[in-house]
Amino acid sequence: MSSVSEKVQAVFQEPGCAKNRAKSEKERKKGCTKQLQPGAAAGGCAFDGAKIALQPITDVVHLVHGPIACEGNSWDNRGSKSSDSHLYRMGFTTDIREMDVVYGGEKRLFRAIKEAIDRYDPPAIFVYQTCVPALIGDDIEAVCQAAKKQFGRPVVPVQSPGFAGSKNLGNKLAGEALLDHVIGTEEPSYTTPYDVNIIGEYNLAGELWQVQPLFDQLGIRILACISGNAKYREIASCHRAKATILVCSKAMINIARKMEERYGIPFFEGSFYGISDMSDALRNLAGLLVRQGAPGELLSKTELLIRREEQKAWEKLKVYQKRLAGKRVLLITGGVKSWSVVSALQEVGMEIVGTSVKKSTEEDKERIKKVMGEEAHMIEEMTPREMYRMLKEARADIMLSGGRSQFVALKAKMPWLDINQERHHAYAGYEGMVALVAEIDRALYNPVWQEVRLPAPWTEG
Amino acid sequence: MSQPIGGALAFMGLHGCMPVLHGSQGCTAFGLVLFVRHFREMIPLQTTAMNEVTTILGGMENIEQALLNIAQRAKPQVVGICSTGLTETKGEDIVGYLKLIRQRRPELADLPVVYVSTPDFKGAFQDGWGKTIAQIVEELVVPATTRNEDQINLLAGSHLTPGDLEEIRQIVESFGFRPILLPDLSGSLDGHIPEDFTPTTLGGTRLEEIRAMGSSRATIALGEQMRGAALALEMKCGVPHMLVDRLMGLRSVDRFFRLLAELSGRPVPQIYRRQRSQLVDAMLDSHFFLGGVKVAIGAEPDLLQNVGHWLAELGCKLEAAVSTTESIVFSDLPVERVRIGDLEDLEREALGCQLLLTHSHGRQMAARLQIPFYRIGLPIFDRLGAAHQLLVGYRGSRNFLFDVANLLIAAREEEEEYHRLPERRSHAEEARACQCQGEERSAG
Repeated sequence: MSSVSEKVQAVFQEPGCAKNRAKSEKERKKGCTKQLQPGAAAGGCAFDGAKIALQPITDVVHLVHGPIACEGNSWDNRGSKSSDSHLYRMGFTTDIREMDVVYGGEKRLFRAIKEAIDRYDPPAIFVYQTCVPALIGDDIEAVCQAAKKQFGRPVVPVQSPGFAGSKNLGNKLAGEALLDHVIGTEEPSYTTPYDVNIIGEYNLAGELWQVQPLFDQLGIRILACISGNAKYREIASCHRAKATILVCSKAMINIARKMEERYGIPFFEGSFYGISDMSDALRNLAGLLVRQGAPGELLSKTELLIRREEQKAWEKLKVYQKRLAGKRVLLITGGVKSWSVVSALQEVGMEIVGTSVKKSTEEDKERIKKVMGEEAHMIEEMTPREMYRMLKEARADIMLSGGRSQFVALKAKMPWLDINQERHHAYAGYEGMVALVAEIDRALYNPVWQEVRLPAPWTEG
Repeated sequence: MSQPIGGALAFMGLHGCMPVLHGSQGCTAFGLVLFVRHFREMIPLQTTAMNEVTTILGGMENIEQALLNIAQRAKPQVVGICSTGLTETKGEDIVGYLKLIRQRRPELADLPVVYVSTPDFKGAFQDGWGKTIAQIVEELVVPATTRNEDQINLLAGSHLTPGDLEEIRQIVESFGFRPILLPDLSGSLDGHIPEDFTPTTLGGTRLEEIRAMGSSRATIALGEQMRGAALALEMKCGVPHMLVDRLMGLRSVDRFFRLLAELSGRPVPQIYRRQRSQLVDAMLDSHFFLGGVKVAIGAEPDLLQNVGHWLAELGCKLEAAVSTTESIVFSDLPVERVRIGDLEDLEREALGCQLLLTHSHGRQMAARLQIPFYRIGLPIFDRLGAAHQLLVGYRGSRNFLFDVANLLIAAREEEEEYHRLPERRSHAEEARACQCQGEERSAG
């Protein structure tokens, strides 16, 4: 257990995080997550976060050490896509029972590792620690060590008991596991001056595939994506990359910063959402690679690509400009998306009547002010009931949010679009932004809204 | 799927209820997402948000804080608390906590709180459900001095969908009874459009209805898992109970109607006589397709019992049956043995079967086995209308057998096409090769 709390302290001290730098020594120690409120909390636990961050690694066995609930209830609920192995979609758990709680679950874990290796022969096994075995003191690090020795392949312990904290913390703990046990353990078969890592991209709904062709056209090779559509070997050897792009805000900043520290790989934060953000990301990445020794022509090549792709995207968006101008959007999401999507929607003339900033950093908020003006309607916290009223009274035309709050809009008989992790459409890159706008158009102009609002035959007037 | 979320779902069948899982916040988040995907509805479910320190020191303050927060924000009529693996491993005295909290917080005096012990590492979903209903009966039903002759208690098992409950209610009402359903998901999770938005459940069994259950003429336990709750009600209030464990298939539904006719002294209404005749005809029409078909079923005990018997009565052969927890209903099930296990076990035993019935997680297995797949149970997240799936009564039994027979017919057509078009064949083989990689264990 001590190792868990040490790890937690280590990620709380993360100096790469801008939010952290603004805090005093004492504040930092308390950690970056707000104290969870019993009876008023929402969102996942540290285990959930760790699983989200690592599950997209496609060819390994993800074995959850805990009671059936942890894996069973969350099985197959994330939309990461794979171009190859489907092993990652299989749910493995030790399903510990009452007797294991009394006698300890270490032997059961060891047997489960053996069974998984015998049956599926994966290149590695990730073992996730959960609340119950952490509480009874199962030492998964020791079991993993023993299993690694016995079976001759990597068995990676991920210290992520749910009670350690929130989902965001879990992301970081997953990063620590990769840093401690995976990254730098193998060598790539060859390297090029154009090798990069992407950190924080999970290939949800296949978003990586919208971005990858752009990289391909520039000759940039993705050595490893952490962790969307990744293979174990790619991550193990990703310490030979020349540059790193960190997307999805701060969730795995610890990996990016420590890789800079250990292997001298510089990183920058970027986003694949929105047209200008995508261009900035490509531009910065090319610049970084050239500074790292890639030929200078990459810069002009990149500019050419950006001009061509932007033009193409704008051409396609023109169709929608007339139809969507003046439509009001309520945007309930967190982090980067709160501003990167805002600017994209404004570009087609939509009006943002509110954006939530619950999960956003100060920096994110500044960005919002920049794109939406000083009087930007930022929502710190909004109850579902208030959202419902806002839609019911038609102060917004459409809501964009995560799947959990969809019913707020649907029950008010208003259009809604999923922009969080369970979504089925990919919205990254130039192509993705066009897809997002097309989806909004499809939702808004569906005649079903007139139909469902018809009064029942027995209502007056 | 484990006990706590079974308990939580049972609580969601009460009106104005806020279920709470006493554990870390992930316990709630996972259960919530699971139910949202199945019902496609807003799911009220809260957490005591336990962390490392509170787990060791005890969660009384978390429970107190949760109750205060919920009472203030959601204004529920009743709160249901289920423990989890985390808090059960520590071993907390929640009953004691609640007593102390009530002493300290007079503002909570009027809020009924029902607590159930549901460790994740013991039993399964339907056990959590059954325990919860028994506990609700113990704590909320009031013994009565008079009997209400036309009032009947219906205790509903977790294998019944909101659509099933609606059907059962209509049948019982047609005999002149006023049924009280506990729990009543057909009121709360049937996918209706409410007038306003509430953070708690909307619809479901009302508190005053639960209290009045003590004055009913009789209790009908729908499903073996409800026997305990029915007994508890009989012991407490003297309301006699009867068990109706099966509601699928001609002979089982006949038995149910006979019971209702005897209880009420009324004849079976015309509409159901007509439906029975339709069911018999459907059985005759479909037996060509169902006779001798080998099936594999993965389901919780009571659902397995219902579906298994009905398929066997239609001539199917139960080759493989996997369930989540021990139950006496397995003893007369027409199958060699029921294995307590997961979908990996089912897949191994289902080799050679022609039809698979289980929840949505069976989809990858069905693709690998290349056999028709009928979704039953929970979760069903990749098809719409899970809440309205109707399997009980004459009508539901008829629906089910048409659906299953149609699946088999479609499979046969596909096979014929496969033989007919040589150029298609290579294509189909490619698709099959792609599906062969992969996955899965653990029946929820």
